[in-house]
Formats: sequence, C-alpha cells, structure tokens
Amino acid sequence: MARNPVTWLGSPTFPKAAKEALQDTQLRQNLRKATGTIRGRREAAVAEMTDWEQLRVAGEQIKDDVLARLDTLLVQLEESVTARGGVVHWARDAEEANRIVLDLCRAEQADEVVKVKSMATAEIGLNEALEAGGVHAIETDLAELIVQLGDDRPSHILVPAIHRNRSEIREIFQRRMGVEVSDEPADLAEAARVYLREKFLTTRVAISGANFAVADTGSIVVLESEGNGRMCLTLPETLITVMGIEKLVPTWQDLEVFLQLLPRSSTAERMNPYTSVWTGVTPGDGPQRFHLVLIDNGRTATLTDSVGRQALRCIRCSACLNVCPVYERTGGKSYGSVYPGPIGAILTPQLVGDLHDPQAASLPFASSLCGACFEVCPVRIDIPSVLTHLRAEVVEAKGRTAESVAMAAAAWMFREASRYEKAQKAGSLARFLARDGKITSLPWPGSKWTSSRDVPAPPAESFRAWWRKNRG
Amino acid sequence: MASAREEILQRIRDAKVPPARPVVRGYDRTGPGGVELFAERVADYRAIVHTVTSVPDALKALAGKRIVAPQGVPHEWLIDGVTWLREPLSIEELDRADGVLTGCAVAIADTGTIVLDGGEAQGRRALTLLPDYHLCVVRVDQIAASVPEALQRLEPTRPLTFISGPSATSDIELNRVEGVHGPRTLEVLIV
Repeated sequence: MARNPVTWLGSPTFPKAAKEALQDTQLRQNLRKATGTIRGRREAAVAEMTDWEQLRVAGEQIKDDVLARLDTLLVQLEESVTARGGVVHWARDAEEANRIVLDLCRAEQADEVVKVKSMATAEIGLNEALEAGGVHAIETDLAELIVQLGDDRPSHILVPAIHRNRSEIREIFQRRMGVEVSDEPADLAEAARVYLREKFLTTRVAISGANFAVADTGSIVVLESEGNGRMCLTLPETLITVMGIEKLVPTWQDLEVFLQLLPRSSTAERMNPYTSVWTGVTPGDGPQRFHLVLIDNGRTATLTDSVGRQALRCIRCSACLNVCPVYERTGGKSYGSVYPGPIGAILTPQLVGDLHDPQAASLPFASSLCGACFEVCPVRIDIPSVLTHLRAEVVEAKGRTAESVAMAAAAWMFREASRYEKAQKAGSLARFLARDGKITSLPWPGSKWTSSRDVPAPPAESFRAWWRKNRG
Repeated sequence: MASAREEILQRIRDAKVPPARPVVRGYDRTGPGGVELFAERVADYRAIVHTVTSVPDALKALAGKRIVAPQGVPHEWLIDGVTWLREPLSIEELDRADGVLTGCAVAIADTGTIVLDGGEAQGRRALTLLPDYHLCVVRVDQIAASVPEALQRLEPTRPLTFISGPSATSDIELNRVEGVHGPRTLEVLIV
C-alpha cells in the first residue's frame, strides 16, 4: 500500500523539527501575536453564550452517534445525494481518491480547476496528484493562496499561512503576482480579489471539501469567510466535493448545534460571513454536475480504537491549536502534517496507522498535557487522554519495558481529569522526597522507572495549574 | 475484489462501535430575538442597517445605478431613475452591475444573519455574489430569534446561502478585514 500523505515525506520527528523551529524568532513572534489575538476573541464569543456547555455536550453526543451508526448513515447519505442528481464515489485511501478526482477532471477536459480550502484534499495530497496528471489546481482561499504562491507548507488548520506576517505576505504577492501592493491587510485582500476574479469567472471545474453532510437530506455544508467558496460552489459547471466519511450529521436539525459551535470556536465570530448549503443539483442554479467523493484514508482503522476514535468527532475548528503552549512556540510545520497542534498529535498518527513510523510515533509526545485543548474543544475531544493512550501504544510497540508500564499507568490516570489532578497533587508531595531536585527512588510502580534513571522533582505548581491561572 | 464501497462499509461494521447515548438537547433553542437585536448584530459585522417604513422611498438612493433585480421582486420596488437589470443575465453582465436588490427567506437575530434560498425576490446564487453591493430587504416577520428557529423554517434541499456581513477574511494575522471576493458592501433594510 502507498504511504499515507497525511504526513509530509521526509519530515523529521517532532522533537527535531521543534528544536529547529524554536530558533526562528520571527516565526515565534508571528504566532504569539496571531494566537493571542484569536484566543481573546474566542473567549468573548463563547462567554456570550449561556448554553455553551450544553451545546458542547450535544455536539459530542451527535458525533458519537454518527460514529456508532456510520455505515447506515453513509448509505443514507449516498441515497439522498443520488436522488437529487449527485454521483457518490468511495475511496479507500488517498491514492484511490486522487485517481477518482483526476479522472473526473479529465472527463471534463479541464486542465485547470479552482479549489475551496479543504483539509481532506490537503490530507490526500490532491494538488500534487492533479499536477502530476496535468491538471493545475488553483487555491482560492487567501491563506491557501499565500501558501501556494510562497511554495510553502500550511501551518494551521484554519489559517494555513498563520506563520506569515503582513510584510512577508506582501513580498510573496509582489514576487508572484507582479503587482505593487502595500502591507495593509485590506490592500493584500484586494490584490487577491483582482488576481482570482477572472479564474472564478472562467474555470469550469471546482473542487471543495465539506464541513458537514446531512445524511437524511443529502445536503452538503461549507462555511467560509471570503466568498471564494461561494464563487467555486456557484459558478463552475462541475463541482467535485471530497470529504472524510466522518463528516456526517444524521439530520438537518443537528446542524443547529454545529452552526453555533463552529464559527465561535474557529474564527471567534457569532457567524462566519458565508455558509453555503446545496443538495445534489438544482436546475438553473449552480453546477449542473455534482460528484461527492467519500474518503476513508485511515478513518475506519481509527474507528476500531475505543479511546482514539473520539478524534473523529473533530470539526476542524482549530481552537485547540490557538490555546496550545507547544503549538504557539513550535508552529504548525513542526508536526510534519496538514493536521498540526493537539488534534494533529492524536489524529495524524492514527490516520497513518503505523506505530513504527518514527515521525508519526513522535507526535503523541508533542504536548505538555496541560489540558487547555480539551477545555476549548467544541465537541469535547479529551485530547490529553488520547495522547497518553497513544503514547502507551507507541511504547508498547517497542516492546514491554519499564517505560511501557509507566506509560500504561499514565494513560489510565489521564483518562479521568480528576484522577490526574489528584496525582499531580501527590506529585507535589514528592518534592519532599527529592534531594538536589532529583528523585532517585520512588515506591512501586514508580520504582520500575527510577531503577533505571532519576526523576526530576515535580515543580511546586503543576503546569496545568499555572496555565489555568495565567492563560486560561 | 470487493468494491471500495463494500470494503469501507465492512471495515466500519468490523470496528463494532457500541451504540451511543441518546442526544440530550439541553441548549437553548429560542432566544430573546427582536428587531433591535438583529439590527445591532448585523451592524457589528460592519454592514449598513436601516429600519424603514417604505421600501420604495429608501431605494431612491440607488438613482443612476445599474441594479440587478431578481424574479419576484415586488413591482413597487422597481422605482424610476434606476436601471433595473433582469434575468436572463450572463456572468459578465452580473460582474459589471453596480449592485443587486433582494429579499430573503429567513433572518437570524442572535447572529445577525440573513438566509437566501433562491425563492421569490432572491434569484439564483450568482446574482448575490458577483455584484459588489448587496441590498437586502428583511421583513420583521422573517426574523427568527435563534439559529435553531431559523433552520426549522428553512427547506434544506433548496440551495441556501447564509450571509453574515460583507465578505471578509481573517487570514492575515487573524484580524478581520472586510471585502474579499463576495460583495464588499452589504446593506440591510428592515421593514
């Protein structure tokens, strides 16, 4: 089987990549500024909702229901899309999905396509596959365009060019568009508008992802801000939508939860500027040929893990990236995948599905387990628990050692937040056992660990407690 | 060899995910609602909002402009002094228009959103996308209090566009900038 392009070929392991990224002071400055801005705004957008916790619980439960009935719901979606004039395709992996899309483009005799920002197509490396097949994909989302024109890689789920500041963006635009432009965000947006306008009006095939697909009506939902999505979803003759099989909601009513959770978690707005909903083909309005490509690419394997499968609830809001102290310092590219940050640290290795892949296996360790990601997650993915569970699996895969026993114990402890807090308090007691900041012997099961090494004494205050006090 | 479809469905069944707990909808499905809240929230997106008693009077400001008017726009809105562009219109004609005048299907007070469904006085989606200026008339009875109430009023299989303010981006340093590909000016008339 071909390798899963969800991780970038040749990426170093997380600790190596992070070490390098930490040297880049410009990157750290850009990230601190951007994540700081969005953290404050998200908090205000959420604070305005008195029923936020109830919405989170409903979001979690609806997505769990989707995972429990995924086969039935997918068949239902296929029926409703087909009944409304759409064509549904199924792809086991990235290679199969890319081939389907390339064949569809060729059938339309298109050598150029416009694209709406989509994590699914980035995950399968669609642009590269199309390019190899002679079809050029034009990214139309502003941040994706910045990444594409800069021959760069994305570093954030929502804002792939978050690592670039305005003057860097100006430089890329001047170089690649051949225009004079200031570094004012409004001028940069105007430059993108002019650059892409003609493409929108003339390109016959568009490719999109999907934020949600409603099983009982066959409706597909895309949330966006700029209007590039509407352009792609409305003007071309043919629309190809690529989505992961877990992007379903059972009913139209379920959207009432996610249309409230996603914008506030993602861009910190009450509602994003544009949301498009379409169901198959509507005569006289929009694309008259519609293809829906459903991709597995590691999702069914993830589904078999009773702890890890909750990662499939993810609605790609990126709130967990914006609050993560590790992400803020290392940036997204250190994760070596289109899915960076806390969610990437649990989703990417599961989609790769190979615990012996050193890069993917390093990702669950890319966290301080502070728990901020869980607290902001709109579908309540317990990321710290999944991280420790995956750490235990990675260690287990290397063979049974003192480390694997310790990791299994840690995984058990993290599964309950209260258990973890208690253990941390107990850990602070261990300071009294320590001499010179080191503990040389711990009681069992810690003795399995200290027999081969010293343990640094736990700090007086846990990182989790510090973060809550200072940043939460 | 099994088809991709059969294989994926079989893998899902083999994963044996236990049934989920029933969904508890403990969240608020209504909300305070109201015209004032709607107007305030639309304005928060830096859209222009007016509350008017007569649409034709308010439209006098369009004099001299070339404005797209979709099918089903009430006859009295089509005042003299404005060049009204009617379907069929090509993409190029839409692109050159000064603006578009529409009604809407539903509006949402809580989020300051208007929703178009391609019905009367709204037209196909391209009409409200290519002109740089969108003037939308919202009747008070069309304003739902909350997102749940609005979804309940909509027919999901129609092509829907939810619009919350003018086109915008947060892609440069995560700060919101109005005006990218969609209409850069959104004006809402509440009747």
